[in-house]
Amino acid sequence: MKSEKPLGGRIFTIPFTIFFIIALISLYFLGKRFVLGLGAVTNLNDGYPWGIWITYDVVVGTAFACGGYATALLIYVFNKREYHPLMKSAILTSLLGYTMSSVAVFLDVGRYWQLYNIFLPWYGNVNSVLFEVALCIAVYTFVLWFEFAPTILAKFNLEKLQAALNKIMFILIALGVLLPTMHQSSLGSLMIVAGHKLYPLWWSSFLPLLYLISAVMMGYAVVMVESSISTLRYKLPDETEILGKIAKVLALLAGIFLVLRICDIALRGHFELIFKGDLLGNIFIIENVLLIVPVCMLAIPSNRKKPRVLFLSALSMMFSGGLLRFNSYLVGFNPGNGWHYFPAAPEIIITLGIIAIEIMVYIWCIKRLPVFQKA
Amino acid sequence: MEIRRRDFLKVVAGTTAMAVSPSLSFASSPGKKRLPGAMGMLYDATLCIGCEVCMVACRKANNLSPQPTGIQKLWDNPKNLSFETYNIIKKYQNGTGKVKDNEINGFSFVKSQCMHCVDPSCVSACPASAMTKDKETGVVSYNPEACIGCRYCQVACPFNIPKFEWDSPFPEIAKCEMCSHLQAKGEIPACCSECPTGATIFGPVESLLIEAKRRQNMEPGKYYYFPANSLKSGKTNEKSASKYIPRIYGETEIGGTQVLMLSGVPFNKIGLPDLPDRSYTSISENIQHTLYRGMILPVIIFGGLTYLVAKNKNNNE
Ligand code: SF4
Ligand code: SF4
Repeated sequence: MKSEKPLGGRIFTIPFTIFFIIALISLYFLGKRFVLGLGAVTNLNDGYPWGIWITYDVVVGTAFACGGYATALLIYVFNKREYHPLMKSAILTSLLGYTMSSVAVFLDVGRYWQLYNIFLPWYGNVNSVLFEVALCIAVYTFVLWFEFAPTILAKFNLEKLQAALNKIMFILIALGVLLPTMHQSSLGSLMIVAGHKLYPLWWSSFLPLLYLISAVMMGYAVVMVESSISTLRYKLPDETEILGKIAKVLALLAGIFLVLRICDIALRGHFELIFKGDLLGNIFIIENVLLIVPVCMLAIPSNRKKPRVLFLSALSMMFSGGLLRFNSYLVGFNPGNGWHYFPAAPEIIITLGIIAIEIMVYIWCIKRLPVFQKA
Repeated sequence: MEIRRRDFLKVVAGTTAMAVSPSLSFASSPGKKRLPGAMGMLYDATLCIGCEVCMVACRKANNLSPQPTGIQKLWDNPKNLSFETYNIIKKYQNGTGKVKDNEINGFSFVKSQCMHCVDPSCVSACPASAMTKDKETGVVSYNPEACIGCRYCQVACPFNIPKFEWDSPFPEIAKCEMCSHLQAKGEIPACCSECPTGATIFGPVESLLIEAKRRQNMEPGKYYYFPANSLKSGKTNEKSASKYIPRIYGETEIGGTQVLMLSGVPFNKIGLPDLPDRSYTSISENIQHTLYRGMILPVIIFGGLTYLVAKNKNNNE
C-alpha cells in the first residue's frame, strides 16, 4: 500500500533563498509599520480603509486556502474515498493559508494589542458580520492545526497522542466543513453594508451564496494546481485520473455559479453595465471569461484526461475567483469624494513577504514531514 | 456499510438552505425605528453664510488641532473631514456662481459631519461594539477602549464619516459625537451654540422634522422667523425664505438620520448621496440573523456533518 513519506532533499535551494530574502525585506517595512503607523507603509486612506492586505491576504488568501475544505467535503460528506491521497497536502496548504491570513489581520488592524476584545462577550457584537468572520477564521485555523497535528506527531513518533487525536478527528473534520461554509459566505456578506459604494455588478444580496460557491470552486482549483505542480517538481505518482474527476465537479459548480451570477445581475436590472465598455464593465467580463472558458474546456470528457488542460483550467478559475474578490473589495468599491487607492511599494512587499514565508514553510513541511504519497 | 442517501441529502439540503434562504428572505425586517427621545440637528443650507464659525467651535469643544493647508500653511483650512476635523463647511459652485441657493449659475454651502443614523451602519458593522448608539438620545459614539482598529466602520458608513489616525502607531477612530460631553452638562453641541445665523440648530428630532416641514411650506421671498442655536433658545432671526428643494434629507434616507438637511440646490449636487430608504444594515443583519439566530441552524448542520463524517471515516479506514 502507498503511504505518505517526507520527500527529503535540501531545504536551502535557490528559490528558497530568494523567498528568504523577500521575507527579510518585508520585516524591515513591518518594523516601520509598528513604529510609525499604517500611513507610513501603506496608501490606505479614509476612503479606502481596506487595501491589499485585507483583499489579498485575507479574502483571496483564505479562498485559495479552501483546498482542505473542498476536499473534506468530497471525501467525508460525499463519501468519495478515492480522493484521500489529496487530503494531507490540501490540509497543509489550508493550514498555512489561514495562519498567514490571521497574521495579516494582526498586521492590518490598527489597535492590534486589544484585538482579543472581539472574543470578550461584553465587546463582541453578534450583529457584526466581521465579528462572525473573525471568530470563525480564528477557530478554523485552530481546527486545521489539529487536523494536521497527526502528520507532525508522526515525525516525532508520538503514536499515543496521534491515536488520541484520531479518536476525535471526526469532530474536527465536521467543524472543518462547517466553519468555512459559514465564513466564506460571510466574506461576501461583509460588503453588503457598503451599499452604494460598491458598483452594482458586484453589490448583491446574493454575495454570500456567490462567495460560498466560489470558495468551494477555488478550493478544488487550488488542489488541482498544487498537485500538478508538486507532481512535476517532485516526480510524484501521476494523479491525472483523480484530478479529472475533480474537474468534472468543478465545471458543474462553475456552471451553477455563472447562471446565478448573470441571473442576479439581470434581475436587478444592471445587465447593460456589463457591456458599457468602461473599466468596470471590462474587468467584469474578464472575471467571467476566465470562468467560462475553463467550463467549456472541462465540459468535454477527453479534455479531462489531459494534465495540461486540467492545470490551465484550474489556474484560470483561481484567477477568476481572485478577481471576483479584488473587484468586490477594491476595484468596484468607490467611496466617492475623489478618493483613490493603489497599494504602496512597501505594502506590496509585505504581502509578498507573507506569501514567501508561507511557501518556505510549505517546502519545509513537504520535505521533512510525511505529506505526499510516494510510490 | 452504505451511507443512507436520505441522511446525506438532509445535510446537503440544510447547508444549501443556510446559504440561500437569507438572500431570498431579505424583503422582511425593515430595520430600526426612530427613538422617541432622539436628539439631532437641522442644517439649513439656505441660511448658511459659510462663515465657518461652527468649525472653529467644533475644534475648541473637542480639542482638535488646526489643519493648515496650502503652501504657506498659515491658517486653519482643512479640505476634508479627517481625524482632526469632525465638521466641515464645503462650497458648491456652478457657472457664474452668483446666485445663492441656485443650482445653475449659483452657489451653496453644505455642512458635512456624522449624520447619527437611525439604523447606523457603523454600529452594526463594528465587531467590537466600539461604535454605540445611545438608547435615549440616539447619539452615535465611539469607545477607543473597545476598538480594534479594523476600520470596517469606515467601509460601512454611507457618508464616509469615521476617520482613522493613519500616522500614529496607536491609532484611534474619530468622528462627531454630537458633543455628548456638552449635552451631559445640559449644554448644546458647540456648532449649534455658535452658529450666528441659525443655519445649524439643535433639538429633539421630532420637533426638528416639524420645523423643517414648516420651512418647506414657506413662500419664497416672504419674511419669516427662524429659530437660532436650538429650538428652545428663544432666539430667532428674521429672513426672507428661499426656494427649497421639496425634500428633507435624512427624513427617510437609509432608514433616516438624526441630522436633517434642507437646501436650495439638489442634495446629490452638494455631496449628499442618493440613498434608498431601506438601510443596508438591515439587509446584512437580516442575512446574519436568518442564518445564525441562536446558532440553531449551524448546530443542526454540525450534528449532521459529525454523523456523516464519523460514518464515512470508518468506511474509509
Ligand atoms: S453617518 Fe456614518 S458614522 Fe455617523 S452614525 Fe451614520 S453610519 Fe455611523
Ligand atoms: S475600527 Fe474600531 S470602531 Fe471601527 S469598526 Fe473597527 S473596531 Fe469598530
